[in-house]
Amino acid sequence: MRHTFVVHVEDKPGVLNRVASLFRRRAFNIESLTVGHTETSGVSRMTIVVDTDANGAKRLEANLYKLVNVLRVTDLTAEAAVVRELTLIRVKADHETRTHIMQLVDTFRAKVVDVAPDTLIIEATGTEEKIDGLVGVLEPYDVLEMVRTGRVAMSRGQQAPVEVPADESPAEADDNVSYSV
Amino acid sequence: MANIRTGAQILWESLVREGVTTVFGYPGGAILPAYDAMLEYPIRHVLVRHEQGATHMADGYARASGEVGVAIATSGPGATNMVTGIATAMLDSSPMVCITGQVGSKLIGSDAFQETDVTGVTLPITKHNYLVSDVDEVAPTIHEAFYVAKSGRPGPVLVDITKDAQQSSTEFVWDDSPVQLPGYRPELRATDAEYQQAVELINGAKRPVIFAGHGVMLSGAMDLVREFAERANIPIAMTLLGIGSVPALHPLNLGMMGMHGEAWVNQAIQEADLLLAFGMRFDDRVTGNLKTYAPNARKIHIDIDPAEFNKNVLVDVTLAGDLSAVLTDLLPHVERGDRSDWLSAIGVMKGDSAVRDVQNIPDSGHLYAAHVINDIWRMTDGQAVVVTDVGQHQMWEAQYYHHQEPRSLITSGGLGTMGFALPAAIGAKLSRPDAEVWVVVGDGGFQMTMCELATIAQEKVKVNVAIINNGYLGMVRQWQEFFYERRYAATPLLSPDFAKLADAFGVKSAQVARRQDVEPTIEMARAHEGAVVIDFRVEQEDTVYPMVPAGADLHAMIRRPSSSPIVETADD
Ligand SMILES: Cc1cc2nc3c(=O)[nH]c(=O)nc-3n(C[C@H](O)[C@H](O)[C@H](O)COP(=O)(O)OP(=O)(O)OC[C@H]3O[C@@H](n4cnc5c(N)ncnc54)[C@H](O)[C@@H]3O)c2cc1C
Ligand SMILES: Cc1ncc(C[n+]2csc(CCOP(=O)(O)OP(=O)(O)O)c2C)c(N)n1
Ligand SMILES: [Mg+2]
Repeated sequence: MRHTFVVHVEDKPGVLNRVASLFRRRAFNIESLTVGHTETSGVSRMTIVVDTDANGAKRLEANLYKLVNVLRVTDLTAEAAVVRELTLIRVKADHETRTHIMQLVDTFRAKVVDVAPDTLIIEATGTEEKIDGLVGVLEPYDVLEMVRTGRVAMSRGQQAPVEVPADESPAEADDNVSYSV
Repeated sequence: MANIRTGAQILWESLVREGVTTVFGYPGGAILPAYDAMLEYPIRHVLVRHEQGATHMADGYARASGEVGVAIATSGPGATNMVTGIATAMLDSSPMVCITGQVGSKLIGSDAFQETDVTGVTLPITKHNYLVSDVDEVAPTIHEAFYVAKSGRPGPVLVDITKDAQQSSTEFVWDDSPVQLPGYRPELRATDAEYQQAVELINGAKRPVIFAGHGVMLSGAMDLVREFAERANIPIAMTLLGIGSVPALHPLNLGMMGMHGEAWVNQAIQEADLLLAFGMRFDDRVTGNLKTYAPNARKIHIDIDPAEFNKNVLVDVTLAGDLSAVLTDLLPHVERGDRSDWLSAIGVMKGDSAVRDVQNIPDSGHLYAAHVINDIWRMTDGQAVVVTDVGQHQMWEAQYYHHQEPRSLITSGGLGTMGFALPAAIGAKLSRPDAEVWVVVGDGGFQMTMCELATIAQEKVKVNVAIINNGYLGMVRQWQEFFYERRYAATPLLSPDFAKLADAFGVKSAQVARRQDVEPTIEMARAHEGAVVIDFRVEQEDTVYPMVPAGADLHAMIRRPSSSPIVETADD
């Protein structure tokens, strides 16, 4: 199953390489990896999605801790967490289809961020399912280009463990609202 | 500012403060400032003949003494020549610090002369590595490197220092305080519940076996393991790297497990109801087929590195931590046990094959490697430090030299690096000058690093080298014999006259082809002041038994055919 790790690392040259190299060396396949700054200067935060079983996830965590520059590893998979992806989608849109597309964009609470004579760029944030859904409905209009960031994630509230895996967390109604458990 | 030093001087100041007295190295452009400064410091520098040799020497130094070994090389080819030795130390958890020169920091990334991204190259084969391009970072980095190399699960650390960082100057400040690394967790502690579970399994076990691995020595837990085993009457099996952690002749010590382990040891494992893994990592040479491995046994794994848990073998209880600490916590709860049924059942498995002393085999005119090793064992009273290379001779050494002392067998287990023995023995001897050091090496592996005979001559290192010369890459030939219909592709080996070769290096030598000459030649070597190389011309197509073919069930051993000249019977 898919595991989402949040890995806090020292912000030093080569640390991304060390982490990525570990996954490669131990034959774990990274599905997505994002990295950026945190609230603490000198500390970066990675969100890494990897497909492995429970034992694999445990060993991965132990191996990550062996990297001297890794500060904290959290496997969010079994925790209530807010999981989001950002996407930009360039879709073909002429004067006939533009309104239809904009209605769809509204339904998905996405935004149009660029309008050109024949195309639109749509920005959407949400769970992977939501973005998959958006891409699905846009496809008939011809998706010309797409970029997805991969997951970023944060545990809810006090990181209390819950039964539901992160991607099925109770966020159906409005996935931009945080429910602390 | 009072204490102004160059980065090069600071490097040596720091090494001296870390307790370093000996380094193994080879100079070149990017490390020249460091070499120039070296002359001012109380350091013995051993000039090697190949940087691979420097790393194996540092590794052998570490394994024999428990101290961090230090190797030094220039950038580019000097650094890449270290790769095999670093990987060897990594797989066997040997503490080592490698220092390499790097091109000037402004040139990095420009494909400058002798520029190699060595921190990139060694990233997956070091415990950690550093690129130092600021002179102020030299001292703290060296301090940190030694700490990382020896703490927790030990391993090799590489420090790459740019030429300008060696050349520029700063105030030297030595901060001796303990290294603080925010994310580094060298030691963990198991939970009380885990201890509880372990104690219940141990006290309830009827057919337990203790596995003594390399971690016993790395932790210094030899006495505790013995006390544990004796109190509960539990037999002990050793991994190759665990040899020496329990005296070979201790009544509870069964011997080595695994691919070339004794048949009864593997059989006992397959019939055990509890395995207690002490600082060993269930290598595939130890387990054979995982699906049929110790099918009736519950398993307790004690290891300082939780990444080893459930990696190869799924276990019931894991106890993370330093073995000594864990055993100290466990011992008071371990009940005295009798287990005589189990011990006598193993005695039956042993049968008469337990008698492996081959000295009484009638002289058929053939010289067997087993004779040679057995004689070295007898004549050194099992007290020598033996450094072995990789191949058949390595396995015969493990079977026929009965090690009584910890850190007395030094061998490349995990990587199986041919060429390891000769340089590693130099390091071992220099870290333990009072020890009698023997090298047991094949004709193949010897030729991989024999240039280090020149180092032995120049540095006057007293080691005795027993070349087990069978005219083949013997271990590979054995696999071809068993699994490739005796098609000996690229395994027959034409070698130089090793005795003459040693002469050319200025090292005393002898050649032995008859059994009656073994003893006197060993005696001669032991008595001679300098190094001695002995070319033992042994039986060419001899085979290491027993053998569990790679991936086969542990109990599916190929046993010694009874027609073999070396039969393990009681009246041998
Ligand atoms: C030709 C050939 C044949 C071989 N045949 C065999 C064979 O028949 N049988 C055999 O056993 N091996 C054999 N080997 C060796 C094998 O490949 C492994 O190297 C060996 O089994 C590893 O032993 P180990 O797990 O004890 O040591 P290591 O690989 O060094 O592992 C040590 C373990 O101890 C842990 N540790 C370290 N410090 C501590 C501490 N302070 N406290 C607690 N734990 C600690 C480490 O984390 C690690 O898990 C062979 C090798 C070759 C080249
Ligand atoms: C550097 C390296 N290359 C190849 C091998 C594969 N290998 C394992 S044992 C062996 C044969 C060793 O021959 P020799 O040194 O003569 O020892 P013997 O087995 O004959 O005792 C080889 C080639 C290895 N372990 N290391
Ligand atoms: Mg050979």
